[in-house]
Amino acid sequence: MDMRMKGETLITLTNAGVRSGGRVLVEGVDLSIARGEIVTLIGPNGSGKSTTAKMATGVLKPSTGTVSRKPGLKIGYVPQKLSIDWTLPLTVERLMNLTGRFSRPEIEAALAAVGAGRLLHAAVQELSGGEFQRVLFARAMIRKPDLLVLDEPVQGVDFSGEVALYELVRSIRDTTQAGILMISHDLHVVMAETDTVICLNGHVCCRGTPAAVKRSPEYLALFGARAADTLAIYEHHHDHEHHDDGCLVGKHGEHEHPHGHVHHDHSEHDHAR
Amino acid sequence: MLGDFFSRALVAGIGLAAVTGPLGCFVVWRRMAYFGDTMAHSALLGVAISILLSINMTLGVFAVAALVAGALLLLQRQNTLSTDALLGILSHSSLAVGLVLVGFLTQVRIDLMGFLFGDILAVSMEDIYIIYGGGIAILAILALNWRPLLAATVSPELAEAEGLKPEVSRILLMLLMASVIAIAMKLVGVLLITSLLIIPAATARRLSATPEIMALVAAVLGAASVIAGLYGSLTWDTASGPSIVVAALLIFLVSLTVPTARLFGRRESHGA
Repeated sequence: MDMRMKGETLITLTNAGVRSGGRVLVEGVDLSIARGEIVTLIGPNGSGKSTTAKMATGVLKPSTGTVSRKPGLKIGYVPQKLSIDWTLPLTVERLMNLTGRFSRPEIEAALAAVGAGRLLHAAVQELSGGEFQRVLFARAMIRKPDLLVLDEPVQGVDFSGEVALYELVRSIRDTTQAGILMISHDLHVVMAETDTVICLNGHVCCRGTPAAVKRSPEYLALFGARAADTLAIYEHHHDHEHHDDGCLVGKHGEHEHPHGHVHHDHSEHDHAR
Repeated sequence: MLGDFFSRALVAGIGLAAVTGPLGCFVVWRRMAYFGDTMAHSALLGVAISILLSINMTLGVFAVAALVAGALLLLQRQNTLSTDALLGILSHSSLAVGLVLVGFLTQVRIDLMGFLFGDILAVSMEDIYIIYGGGIAILAILALNWRPLLAATVSPELAEAEGLKPEVSRILLMLLMASVIAIAMKLVGVLLITSLLIIPAATARRLSATPEIMALVAAVLGAASVIAGLYGSLTWDTASGPSIVVAALLIFLVSLTVPTARLFGRRESHGA
């Protein structure tokens, strides 16, 4: 592999903020992500999580402060929402080649890693919410990015799938030393491997390791005392593998679906995405 | 039996359809139908200005259509009126200003019907050179920029995050549309140009599994519409431009009855 030094800083936001139409979306964000580091943003709706992620990816320019990226930084991005109009015929295979060209075996391997190997020729409009999310995840990681930005990557994915996706994030971090910026889909689940949790509410209200944030008075003030009890920190246990249907197997190798039936997520099936 | 003018019309129309098919796919995917209409309507203003300033008409139409597109981009940034309303203002006012200006041009006799509905049977060899030269250039630009254009269409945000320039893609598409309108105006007229962009692409959607195949199918269906429309107009002595659009419409209606969606490029289906 190439010389990817752990600890090299990929991106730094310094006192960064965005104003739109006189309204402050987020301000005063200090944040840096190094290779192999996982940073998780949590906060209520409208707290500026997505805005902060968009500053990091360059989709939004900061109106205050600065954002600096390592030159040539390759970003893989899983957006929060992506609606593909019916008028645009797109197979999963074609979606995987959206921003770069990849060989069939590379695409098959990336899809297999997220448990979506059977979907290669499916039309994206026919996927369930959870299936589509997995495909978007595979699409971002096939680029072998330096920085993987995941905006609510597990939305619409059922619980076992969620656990498996977190394992996949961890294994991508371990094998490629990518930096990872993740927006948690709800306040209560944060990966234990997260190095830094940043709690946003229009500004950074607290930061630290998951365990430290859970105890911080700012976190408790923002989300209430009960939140501390419910901030679940997902920890990886090797004796605890999920092999029921719908599970992903990150680094454990291939996982066949002998039943051949479709994943059914408990969340909404939004085919019009 | 076939006059030379008829072969020229066929060759010119097929050349145009080969360009409007793929470009029309982007118009359909990006929901730019009304936008295309607006640019086409502004072409008449381009004609009037070209005559007033005595410049090349194709260039004049291109410039005015591109200016109208630029004006829309600027107005959209103001965040005041909706795009829909802005397009309504630009579309009808540019058409009206064009018509008023044409009225002032008393020294030149202008075939207004020709500009509004086109006169494909009056196509000259020079027009054919312009259509094929311009058409090949437009298709080459489309092909060379296909991946960024498509990525920007699927999600500008994703394209931007992964190092592409969706804003550049958007401007490029507008310029390509302005070019197509400039070369198509003489053939099908400002009021029918958008139909050649939209109808073959819309028909192709039901028959295609990937964007590339849809672009190809749209070009073929557009050419089929030109051939059917021109022979129809010869047989029944109907206006040639509208006959082509009617043929495109008939093909669209027939495609609605085709039971299996995505005939072309469909591989084995997934297990669902």
